[in-house]
Amino acid sequence: MSELDALLKAFGEAGGDKGALASEDTAHLVASGHKLLSMKSVEGLEVDTHETLSGISAKVTVKEDVKMKNPVHLCFGVLHKKGTQKIKMDVKLEKNSSAHFIAHCVFPNAQKVRHIMDAVVEIGEGAEMRYSETHYHGPYGGIEVVPKAVVRIAQNGRYFADFTLIDGRVGALDIDYAVEAGENAVTELTARVFGHANDEIKIKESVVLAGENARGLIKTRVALEDESSAEVTGITEGNAAGARGHVDCMEIVKDKAVAKAIPIVNVTNPLAKVTHEAAIGSVDKRQMETLMAHGLTPEEAVDVIVKGILK
Amino acid sequence: MPILGIKSLAYKAGNKNILEGFSLTVDPAEVHAVLGTNGTGKSTLAYLIMGCEGYRPLSGEIVFDGKVINDLKVHERATLGITMAWQEPVRFEGISVRDYLALKNRGTDPSQYLEMVGLSPEMYLGRMVDKCLSGGERKRIELASVLALHPKLAILDEPDSGIDMLSTQDIVNVISAFKKNGSSVLLITHREEIVLIADRASQICNGRIVCSGNPEKVAEYYKSRKCFVCDGEVCAYV
Repeated sequence: MSELDALLKAFGEAGGDKGALASEDTAHLVASGHKLLSMKSVEGLEVDTHETLSGISAKVTVKEDVKMKNPVHLCFGVLHKKGTQKIKMDVKLEKNSSAHFIAHCVFPNAQKVRHIMDAVVEIGEGAEMRYSETHYHGPYGGIEVVPKAVVRIAQNGRYFADFTLIDGRVGALDIDYAVEAGENAVTELTARVFGHANDEIKIKESVVLAGENARGLIKTRVALEDESSAEVTGITEGNAAGARGHVDCMEIVKDKAVAKAIPIVNVTNPLAKVTHEAAIGSVDKRQMETLMAHGLTPEEAVDVIVKGILK
Repeated sequence: MPILGIKSLAYKAGNKNILEGFSLTVDPAEVHAVLGTNGTGKSTLAYLIMGCEGYRPLSGEIVFDGKVINDLKVHERATLGITMAWQEPVRFEGISVRDYLALKNRGTDPSQYLEMVGLSPEMYLGRMVDKCLSGGERKRIELASVLALHPKLAILDEPDSGIDMLSTQDIVNVISAFKKNGSSVLLITHREEIVLIADRASQICNGRIVCSGNPEKVAEYYKSRKCFVCDGEVCAYV
């Protein structure tokens, strides 16, 4: 099996749409380790990529007023047991454009793998970007994943990102996303992670509401079992009149897992308002009993509750 | 033979007797209403029958379908055919109404159960059983989920209480649906007008049955404030 076929197989198993990669009017970028295996662009989208010593560097631009009809599919991964992949992404959405990026990062055999993502995203005036990122790290937990992103949203721009890692092991995850929202800009950052064994999860997401009437939401859902651990830091700054922000963190712990939530709220303008809520605990007893009264076993009830919060 | 038989049940919370020498039966396909003011032990009775955590009788027996169930866990009792709609149903993040109604019956169409509780399937099946539902909507969905289970015994804990309470006609409709299913119902309430839709009623005061039998008679006794247990002091709040 070729490396591309093997990666696409893992991509499909991780929930990726293989059909979309074959479509004529859908853009995609597929990279294994530091090899660029497949790429397709469409009208209105400029993609400039090159292989580096340890990964891929890509510059992606959605041209002014272009509304991308189909999502842009990204597939990154390392198929070997050991390896390093560094992805450098510069994404720019020009004025009044819109695009949805769907990224699958697959490391099905990882035993000593390092994946580093360094992204800079510029959302132009009135532009909208959706970024959905799903990871699959395999069953061994031998992986370190360090995604970092700096996002700037211009006036009336919108940026929605969600990160999902709920199947298989996590390994060591260290997310660091920072978003700055201009006037009337809107952003929502969502992360859902399920930790097992000795997985270590660190999530730091920061939203600076710099422009008047900017709005931001940081929503994090983490479930932990065995001896896994998580530290979730949600930072929101309200620095302009009319800015509205909210940090919402929920962590469910089982067994000997350890969870920590650090919501940081900083308001420098009296007309801004930022709120937060954080809940850490075991599975809710009333929820359990309600589901058990519907005939579910305790194990089935926990499964339904955990899957629900990670959905 | 009754589907549910409670014999001389006793339960204490701390040093306080909540139920004492409590006995009650529910016949197959019967609606038995338990009437009482707040704090008289109605919900405790429901939790004891369902087997909720921390609710184990000090003495006495709970017999369901000929089997003593005192030591069974909640899901084991549910498997036998008992289920319950809580007074204040909990919310679930990430679970749709459609999935919630089909927890044990995957692949079935739950629309009919929503219609039975006066909710439109088109409007509700895709919604989540979370904070976005009002108290009344959540309560109706809980009743629909209990209907969908086709239980032998449904315990309905004060479906008529709360800010968004269901109307008497709503309750009548739900009870009719249970009867049509062939389910028995233990209907817990503090409203005497609700008792009238039952086949049989019992008034509870300070953890004991003070009056039982014909619903009209029990409702009259309840309104009379002449309870022999509390001498009208507890029941005087009616």
